[in-house]
Parts: sequence; C-alpha cells; structure tokens
Amino acid sequence: MRFSYYISIVVAFSVLLVSCKREERGFRVQPPAARAANSQTLTDLQPGASTSPAGIRNDFEENAYALSEGKRLYSAYNCNGCHAQGGGGMGPPLMDERWIYGGKPEQVYSTIVEGRPNGMPSFRQKVPEFQVWQLAAYVRSMSGQSPKDAAPSRDDHLQGKQPESQTKPLPVKESKQ
Amino acid sequence: MFTDSWNLMNTSLKKSQWTTAHGRLPSAFRLLPSALCLVPSAFRLLPSAFCLLLSGCAGVQSSLDPAGPQADHIARIWWLMLFILSAIFVIVMALLALATWRRRASADNETELILKPEAGGESRMSTLVTTGVVITVFVLFILLISSFLTGRSLHSLAASNPQPLTIDITGQQWWWQVKYENDMPSQMVTTANEIHIPVGRIVQFKLKSNDVIHSFWVPNLHGKTDLIPGHVAATWIRADRPGIYRGQCAEFCGHQHAHMAFTVVVETEEQFKHWYDAQLLAAAQPANTQLARGQQVFMTSTCIMCHRIQGTDAGGAVGPDLTHVASRLTIAAGTLANTRDNLANWILDSQAIKPGNRMPPNPLNTEDLSALLDYLQSLK
Amino acid sequence: MSQSMSQTDQSAHAGKLTAANEAIERRVLEQTWGDKPGLWGALTSINHKTIGKRFIVTAFAFFILGGILSLLMRIQLARPENHFLGPDLYNQIFTMHGTTMMFLFAVPIMEAMAVYLVPLMVGTRSIAFPRLNAFGYWIYVFGGIMIYVAFVLNVGPDAGWFAYVPLAGPQYSPGKRVDFWAQLITFTEVSALVVATELITTIFKLRAPGMSLNRIPLYVWSVLVMAFMVFFAMPTIALASTSLILDRLVSTHFFNPAEGGDPILWQHLFWFFGHPEVYIIFIPATGFVSSIIPTFVRRPVFGYTALVLSLISTGFIGFGLWVHHMFAAGLPRMGESFFTAATMMVVIPSGIQIFCWIATIWAGRPIFKTPFLFALGFFFVFILGGMTGVMQASVPLDLQVHDTYFVVAHFHYVLIGGAVFPIFGAFYYWFPKFTGRMLSEAMGKLNFWLMFVGFNLAFFPMHYLGLKGMPRRVYTYPALAGWASLNLLATAGGVLLALGVLTFIVNVFVSRRRGALAGDNPWNAATLEWATTSPPPSYNFFRLPTVAGRDTLWVQPEDQPVIVGLRTDVRQVLVTKMLDAEPDHIEEFPKPTIWPLLTALAATGLFIASIFTPWAVVWGSIPVGIALIGWFWPKEKQKDERPPEEVKENVAKQDDAYLEEVA
Repeated sequence: MRFSYYISIVVAFSVLLVSCKREERGFRVQPPAARAANSQTLTDLQPGASTSPAGIRNDFEENAYALSEGKRLYSAYNCNGCHAQGGGGMGPPLMDERWIYGGKPEQVYSTIVEGRPNGMPSFRQKVPEFQVWQLAAYVRSMSGQSPKDAAPSRDDHLQGKQPESQTKPLPVKESKQ
Repeated sequence: MFTDSWNLMNTSLKKSQWTTAHGRLPSAFRLLPSALCLVPSAFRLLPSAFCLLLSGCAGVQSSLDPAGPQADHIARIWWLMLFILSAIFVIVMALLALATWRRRASADNETELILKPEAGGESRMSTLVTTGVVITVFVLFILLISSFLTGRSLHSLAASNPQPLTIDITGQQWWWQVKYENDMPSQMVTTANEIHIPVGRIVQFKLKSNDVIHSFWVPNLHGKTDLIPGHVAATWIRADRPGIYRGQCAEFCGHQHAHMAFTVVVETEEQFKHWYDAQLLAAAQPANTQLARGQQVFMTSTCIMCHRIQGTDAGGAVGPDLTHVASRLTIAAGTLANTRDNLANWILDSQAIKPGNRMPPNPLNTEDLSALLDYLQSLK
Repeated sequence: MSQSMSQTDQSAHAGKLTAANEAIERRVLEQTWGDKPGLWGALTSINHKTIGKRFIVTAFAFFILGGILSLLMRIQLARPENHFLGPDLYNQIFTMHGTTMMFLFAVPIMEAMAVYLVPLMVGTRSIAFPRLNAFGYWIYVFGGIMIYVAFVLNVGPDAGWFAYVPLAGPQYSPGKRVDFWAQLITFTEVSALVVATELITTIFKLRAPGMSLNRIPLYVWSVLVMAFMVFFAMPTIALASTSLILDRLVSTHFFNPAEGGDPILWQHLFWFFGHPEVYIIFIPATGFVSSIIPTFVRRPVFGYTALVLSLISTGFIGFGLWVHHMFAAGLPRMGESFFTAATMMVVIPSGIQIFCWIATIWAGRPIFKTPFLFALGFFFVFILGGMTGVMQASVPLDLQVHDTYFVVAHFHYVLIGGAVFPIFGAFYYWFPKFTGRMLSEAMGKLNFWLMFVGFNLAFFPMHYLGLKGMPRRVYTYPALAGWASLNLLATAGGVLLALGVLTFIVNVFVSRRRGALAGDNPWNAATLEWATTSPPPSYNFFRLPTVAGRDTLWVQPEDQPVIVGLRTDVRQVLVTKMLDAEPDHIEEFPKPTIWPLLTALAATGLFIASIFTPWAVVWGSIPVGIALIGWFWPKEKQKDERPPEEVKENVAKQDDAYLEEVA
C-alpha cells in the first residue's frame, strides 16, 4: 500500500522530465529563426504565383527570460527615446494593432536591423542578433502577443502603462501610414 | 598564496605600458607580512597564535587584517568575543564531560532509578544552576556594552570630518559604478569597479542601487552596507595602510553575484592626485593608424551601445565607463586581471567567463580584435 | 520486569476482567478505531499514528533530497572556478536546499513527531480534529511534490529561500519560478497552522485525568510553545508571500520603491516570520533532549519549572529579534541596539535549559546508548553555534560576518546541532515504540560518530572562510582568494556527514525486519507512551490511564486507577479541563473519511492555478467549497443502539478461533 503510494510519486516525476521552455535561461543562444529572417519581403506583390515564405516563429516570444531581457534592452538601448513605453512619441506607438512595416516576428526583426524611412535607425551590427530577436519578441508582447505567463510583469519603476502580462492580445494588422 | 598571486599581478603590470607612461611602480604598493595583525597589545598573543594555526589572517579580503580604524574596532570586538565565548564554551563542555563521566553506568547493569535525591543535592544543584545563569547574564552584559561602545566608535568617524572625500557607488547587476563627487561637475571622475583613496583621509561612500539589493563590502576596511533600491545608504571609512584591497558584493543579486568584486587602492595623497588628474582627462586620441582602426572598430560595433569613452562619440550608460580602462587592475568587476589575453577572451565571449552577465558575445575577426585591443590598452 | 504497570495489570486490578474478555474488548476497540484495509484505508485514515508515521517518513525523504542538493553544492565549491554547476543551476539548487530544509523538513518533522507522540504522551486515544490532521498532511505533501516537480521542470525557485525583493520581484525574476516558491509557502503554512491547532487543542483538552499542567512532560510543553509560535509567525509569511505573488501577478506595488513601496518591507515581513521559525524548529528539539536525558541518567529532570518557563520565555523573546537579520540594511542605530540587546537576552533562557540539563546529568547515572550520544552531540554543536550567535548579535561584528560563510557555519551549527542531532536521538529513542523493534546499537554509534565528525569537519572551517572574506550564495570563488583548501575540507566533511545519514537509513531497513523485539518499555522511561504496546494499537491504550505525578510511570502507585466509563464500540474520547485535567465531558470523534484528501486536492488545484491567473481564486474556490461541504455535512452520530454486551457477544461469535487462542 505504501509502496504504491511512493511509486505514484516517482511516476509523476518521470512523466514530467520534459523541461519547461518558458523558463530556459539561454545566455547566448540564437533562436532558430535567425537565418530565415533575411529572406524578408516588404510587399505581397509578386510576379506569377506568390510564394509567401512560411511564417517564422520566434521562440523567444514564449521564453520569460528572453522577454525580460527584451524589456531591459528596450530601455538600455533607448528605444523609449522615440517610442516611450510603447505609446509612441517621435516614433509610432508599438502597443497598438497597427504596424506600418508589418507586425510579424521577422518583420519586426527586419525593422530593427535595417532601419526604416522617417527616422528608425538601423541597428545592424550594433545590436547582436539574438538581442534583436529578444527585442522583437518584447515589442510584440506590448500588444499582447506573448502568452500571459511568459510576458514580463511590472517593472520596479513608475508605472507608465499596463504590464505586458496584463495586456489583452490585439490583432496584428498592417497599415500603410 | 594570495600574497604571491598579487605580487604576480604587480609584476605583470610592470611589464605593461602603464608603468612606462606613469613612471616607476610606487614603492608603497607592497603587502605587509602576514604575521602583523593589528590588535591591541593585550590580545596580541592569542590572535597571532590563532592566525598562525589557521594559516594566516592576512589577506586582501580579510576582516582579520584591518587596514583602517573601522575594521580595527570590529576586529577588536571579534577577538574579545572569541576569547570570552571560547572560554565559556570550554568551561561548559568541561562541566558536561565531568557530569557525564563521573558516575557513568556500564550499559550492562540495569541501573536503578534515582527518585529520591541525595540530601542537599537538589539545593546544591540549584545554587550551581543559578550561579551559571548569573555568570551568563554578567558576561552578556559585558559583551553588550562592548558592542555598543564599538558601534559608537564606528559612527564617530562620520562626525570627525565635515568635509570627507565623497564617492558615489551605484551597484548594478553585476558591476560597480564609481563616481567621485565634487562641487564642480567638471572635476567629477567616473570610473568602474576600482576605487582609489588617499591614505589617512576620511572617505564617505554614498551607496545606491540601480536594480536589486547589493552589498558593499571591503573586509580590510569596514563592515558591509547594503545598497537598497529606493534608499541612499552612507558608510564612512578611513584607510591607514596603503595597499590593494579587494571588496565583493555580499548580498545575493542574481546569476553573477559571485563575480561582482571591486578593488580599493589605497595610496599616498600625491599618488592619488596623480591618478585623479589622469582620470579627469578625456580619452587619449589614437596616436597611430592601428589605434585609429581600433577606435573605428569600437565605434562601429556593439561596443558603443553600452560603453562610454569620454572625448569620443561613444556615450553609452549601460555598461562601465571605459575612458581609462587600461589603468585598472582588473576587468569584469574583479573577475580577471587586466591583461591583453583576458581582455580578448572577455570581448569575444564574456558569457563563457561570466555566464548571464549583461555583455553579449562579440565575434570579431583577428585583425579587428587586435586593433581594438591595442586601442583599449591605450586608454590609460 | 519494569516498574511500571502494564495496562493489563491495571485493568485486571480495576475490575473482574479475564483474559478472554480483554481479548474481546481489544477486538472491539480495534474495529472501532482501526483503519480500513488496503489503499482505501490508507487514503481515508485519520489515525494520528498512521498520519504521524507518514509525515515523519515524508519529512525525512525531503531531508534526504535537501541533503543531496547540498552535496551537489559542496562538489561545485570544492575547487575554485569549478564548472560542475553553472550559476543558474547553482542558484536553483541552493534555493531548493534552503527551502526544502526549512519549509519541508525542519518544521514538518517536528510537527510529525508531535502528531505521533503527543496523544500518547497525554494519555488519550486520538489527536484533536483528526480529519484536519489528515488534511494537514496531504496539503503538505502536495506542496512538496509541487515544488520538486517545478524544480525538475526548470521552474524551481532561484532567488534564495528568503527571496529578497527586488531580485525576487517581477522585473528581476522573470517567469514563474518565484511564484512557485511563494505558493509553496502557502501550502506549508496552511499545513503548519492546522497541525498547530490540533496540537494545542489536544494538549489543553484531551489530557488524561490527573495530568495537570505542571505534570505535562517537558516534550509536550515544548510542542505547546512551538504551536503557539506557529500561530503567530506563519500568518506573517503568508502575508508576505501573498504580497509577493500579487506584485508579480497583478502588478501591485508593495515592494516597488518607485510607486511608494519598499524592498525593506519584505525583509521585515519575512524575518518577523523567519526568526521565530528557527525557534519553532529548536524548541521541540529541546523537548526531545528533555525526554532523552532523564531516561538515560535514570532520574527526573532537574528544574522542571525553570525549564518550562525558559521554553515560554524563549517563545516570547524569539518574536523580538528579527531585525538582527537586517543589521546591514541601514536601519536607525537605536533600533539596531534594541535588537542586539534582545538577541543577547534570548540566550538566557536557553542557558537556563542547558544548565538544568547538565545538572540532571550530574546528579544522575548516565548510560551511553545512542539516543544519549545524540543528546551529548547536541550540547557540543548547539552551544558552539550559540556562541557564534552571540557574536553576530553585536552590530559591528555582524557587519563583517553577515552574508558570509561565518553565518552559514553559525546557522548550520544551531540547526543541525539544535534540531537534527536531537531528531536523530529521538528516532533512536522512539523507533522501538513506532515499530516494536530496536535499532542496532552498533550501527547507531557508527551513525553518531560519522555524523558528528563529518559535520564538524564540514562546517567548522566555514567560520574561518567567512572571516577571510568568502561571501554566501556564491557559485564559485577565485583561486587567488586562498579559500580552496578549506572548501575542499568542507566538502570531505559533507561526504562523511552523508555517510552517517546513510548508516541511519541502513540501520532502519535492517532493524525493521531483524531488530531485537522491543517490548512495551525497553528504556524504562517515564512518559505515558511507554505504557502501551510497541507499536501501540490503533486505540493507543486499552484502558485510558490517569496520572498521579510528573514522570508518570516512575511515580505511579500499584493501584493507579484507569478509565472504564468509555464505550469501546464508539469513538469516544474523554475531554478534560485545561488546568487540572479533571474530566469534563465525553466527545465522539469522527470515523475515517476521504473528504480531507479531496479537500486537499481541491485546495492544491486552487493554489497551483493561482500562480498563473488570479481568476483561479474564484473558480478554484468552487471545488474547495464542495469538498468542505462534504467534509462537514452533518452525519448522524454512529452510535450503536445495541447494548455494549450484545456488541461484544457478536464480536465473540464472529471469531471463535481467536477466542480459543487467548483463552
């Protein structure tokens, strides 16, 4: 009787030997999407049949450590100089559903690395690749794209907006504006 | 031991350009022999014996080797308490041993119960127990008063000089930002992970934290004070003996708490002024094409996002100020000696040395790396 | 034979009871009080001994797990700049080690022993609130399983067992690691509170008649003080952990300085619990020592009143010391001085206890069996730890040694010396009562010496390491520092200590099958649990005893009365008055039931889900509510309306063969 009781505990342990991806702390990993991101197109207009590449998953969007790093880098690299806490200022807001250059992970990556007209600097070779993916994941989490348990919670600062973990997910819509 | 290793470090510095640019290595930069613990003469014998028994009290991160009045006061109360409490421990253990041994029963016999105590025995026990308690209270009072008096001595340093040298320390994960206060902003020095103070001068540290709780601790000079976000703490020290001392963060602050150390260099007033004036200068301009190329590498890669070099376009405030990085004894918050190889490994892949720290790996090709290292090593 | 009277003799004297009648009565009692058979019986049991044994084994299992974690840490620290464990894993391991030892081993093992022993020692059939007791165990083990599953899944906490904010706050501890830790607090704190409730009630209201307050065994006094301390300390940590979860989950600002909170608030709340916690661990251990010493020096303890008053004053003063954990945090000087004085003051009652014990030994005739050896080991190790504690009470000295290996040495000396050595002594002492067999003396002595030498080798050098500048909670240290050789020595000592614990486990497994049979009272001890068989039957005592004095079995006369008025076919327990234990009324206790387990499962679901969403508090309450309704649904009293004689006759008819055996 007591034996079966302990056995059930051991079984519970062994069944769950898969580690939790949300909690991995990768100190220098590249998300698998890295290579494919350079094959970005800015428009859907194509000759002949359109070949849209399969969307890239940024695994960092489900990783709590990466999202918190993205949040840290967001202020460290002074993104809030133009974008504030996501509400925008000189730069467009990042927490709404309108994405001028596209809101998919690879498009956000592209925006950061290549820069955009009207003031978005290019951070190519200034921000390491994996950090760009962390930032891209964080930027998307500002409109609620990340799972609630991975998204960052409040900072130890003045609260400028609702934390990403309490942000309702918004649809990702492209908008030419 | 530690002494030898620090001598080796001094030797390698001699070979570096720092010596040739600034003259001879100051002769006061030597460590005293390990047998000299600074304790009052009444207690001199036992501490030395204790120290010799345990292979030396001296060390550059040892609270038993005080180099200033604060640590000295604390060392005194340590020795006092060690004396008194060891004596008490020995006495109580002796009593216990005697009690256990004197009428022990052999396990074979079934010993009779002692339900009727011997005449006068219980009152004798009462007297003994009461005596023990009274002695305990008495001893505790002595220790209590000593503790209060020591605390008063520690705090008296603050009152004794209204114009101390004030240094702002901001703890970050996982390095120390050091800023020398001055009424004139142009005379403020900002550096990282290394503090120079003149011998005999009272220094006030103002301690702030940028993120989590850290703790500023230089055992040779004083006890620790926590850096708590939202608070500004202050601690006063005075160093009376020149030398190089090591401090370390003493409050768990995350992944690299173990590698968050700093160096305190105690030197003569003249050496301090010399160092301070050098730190005030902007970064040395690249003197040849190799150095210029190194600066170019710095400006065009990830470095400028986080680091500042005064006198150039690099103005990042996230990581340590690198304007005079070559003048420091260590890099990576006391983790590595400041040599070319260590610098190279640190730049290429700091995550292998200090996993989890804020500096990303920077794969550079050999020529770029070499130029960058030349440039950084020119920033004295 | 022994001087104490066996129950059979007493009842034979009290009335005309033949052996056959007694056998029938015992069968009836067994039917009334016993667990149901099989797995269902195990899950529905509310018997305090079944639950107590389970509790003890579970807590010991967590001790082993915590010990394995500490060995991993010691391997990493054996050499400078070692790469056995990376920083992230090391941080998780030291957090889990501290959390396991403090929340899942130290307090639960004390409660577990009390759950088993206290009803026996006060002479009653059951612990008060037996269903709540079952619930307390289940909620504890589910919490422990939760945190270890989390650890295996890489969601184990990594911010230290004390989880200082802002490091443990939402910004610097991303993910759910710290949330699991905070919720573990809820599990263990609920468990501790319910067990404390039962213990206080048992001690106050279920004592055998004649056992007035000044005749309670010292161990029971220590459990009483511990239980009251739990009452006042645990809610504080519940408040603290709830505030932390709220900060992390729903963005409150309790600990956010930018919005009016303060990280120091966490420290105050945590240590207001944290310091009494160590006394909660230490005080029952002194109860063990107070039980072992008189038995092995053959005389009643000296200074009973002084010892009781010391326990109570330690309990009170223990709540006034917490700031000594925060001397480096920059609090006002006057405040710090107060806590220096209070910390030194708490030494006085502990000193009184030590002197009284030494006086007892002095006036007795010591017998060097294993439990007594562990008590002696306790003296050496704990007093040494107490000395370093007095050192750290001084603010200036604490500023140097706080958060260094000196403190690590200190608290391991007081915790292992003050709690683990007495626990092992208690295991050796009461194992015969739990199982009916004696543990091997030879292996016991080996166990003791391995643990004693190994422990001192492991932790004494740490005093010196701390003074030489080695901070705590570091996953590695530089080779330049000169700390390497002492760290290696400490690791070697740790291995020896582990071997000692292993010897104990081997001893248990071997002796359970092949140990010498113990009999009722192998040590010829004085307290009431030794007046029944080993192991005790499910109903504890055939006839409930009455008590004529302290050190009951040594002083009771030949014609000490027993209680005969309780029905044996119904779960009746005698409730007595608080001060002098005069009989008050008869209470009917519940039968085994599945509802405590179901309530614990529902509560577990609520607690774990609330890590992820605040809505769990709403939706999760529904299953808990249903389970509580099932638990408290009024049942008809299961009184058997047949006259007792008829019940006995039926039982007699059921098993003639058994009758023939005893006739």
